[in-house]
Amino acid sequence: MNWGSLADFLAMGGYALYVWGSYAVTAGLIAVEVVMLIIRRHHALKTAGIPTTGDTP
Amino acid sequence: MQTQAIGSINWFRYASPQSFYPLAGAMIPWFAWAAAVLCAAGLYVGFFVAPTDHQQGESYRIIFIHVPAAWMSMFIYVVMAFWAGVGLVFNTRLSHMMATALAPTGALFTFVALWTGSLWGKPTWGTWWVWDARLTSELILLFLYFGFMALQAAIDEPRRADRAGAVLALVGVVNVPIIYYSVKWWNTLHQGASVSLTSAPTMATTMLTGMLLMALAAWMYSIAAALHRVRSIILERERGADWLAQGGVRP
Repeated sequence: MNWGSLADFLAMGGYALYVWGSYAVTAGLIAVEVVMLIIRRHHALKTAGIPTTGDTP
Repeated sequence: MQTQAIGSINWFRYASPQSFYPLAGAMIPWFAWAAAVLCAAGLYVGFFVAPTDHQQGESYRIIFIHVPAAWMSMFIYVVMAFWAGVGLVFNTRLSHMMATALAPTGALFTFVALWTGSLWGKPTWGTWWVWDARLTSELILLFLYFGFMALQAAIDEPRRADRAGAVLALVGVVNVPIIYYSVKWWNTLHQGASVSLTSAPTMATTMLTGMLLMALAAWMYSIAAALHRVRSIILERERGADWLAQGGVRP
């Protein structure tokens, strides 16, 4: 185990800005892509005239 | 009659959007779950098992995103160019659709590689950015993805958009080996490869394990995202086609 406490973990040995800046932006962008994928699919289903009830990914 | 046994599975069946649509739909959950599980395992190993680096301290933990993202950015481009080329040669609609579906995910990983590289460069090199060969060629890759998407979006007629995009994708593929070998061909600030097919990795086993788990997760995610997007593209392109109009599709 590398970390003595949660604060230790969050501090990342003084590199918190760089490490968490990397992970947060990556996670955020992936979340945005997933949302955009879902929106595009709903739109595509609607224009194709397929009902979206009970939609599976 | 007897010769039919070998190769009796007609793989080309899945080259039609109509057959591929349900197949892709069935595969997406598997890839998505694999991505989630591998990512969780990779993050666990990356943060709780892999030790602190004796030179870079904790800043090196950016590697668990940076390297997988950089690999994916190049690999997705090659796959995209491959499908674009297949589409040009065989004039298959689905191939072009796959190329189109891959571009946004490829651009995402390219941006992530640049972003995390910048955040890693600052504490280790003392600069956010430098115009060395590795960074510059990776930036060009991002512009190639953007160019591919913009070009396709700018042309109204889908078949022409497909072909124009495919030519751009194929021309741009020359950039991928330039990115990969840039650290060997030029004297770059960026370090050489830590992992290669021809020599033993120059990093601790647990670090490598975490990185490979994250790389596999990125693979699975990319496949799931591209399949999901290609299904939307199929719906958009094929609307009005008989197989869709006759209600042959479950959502």
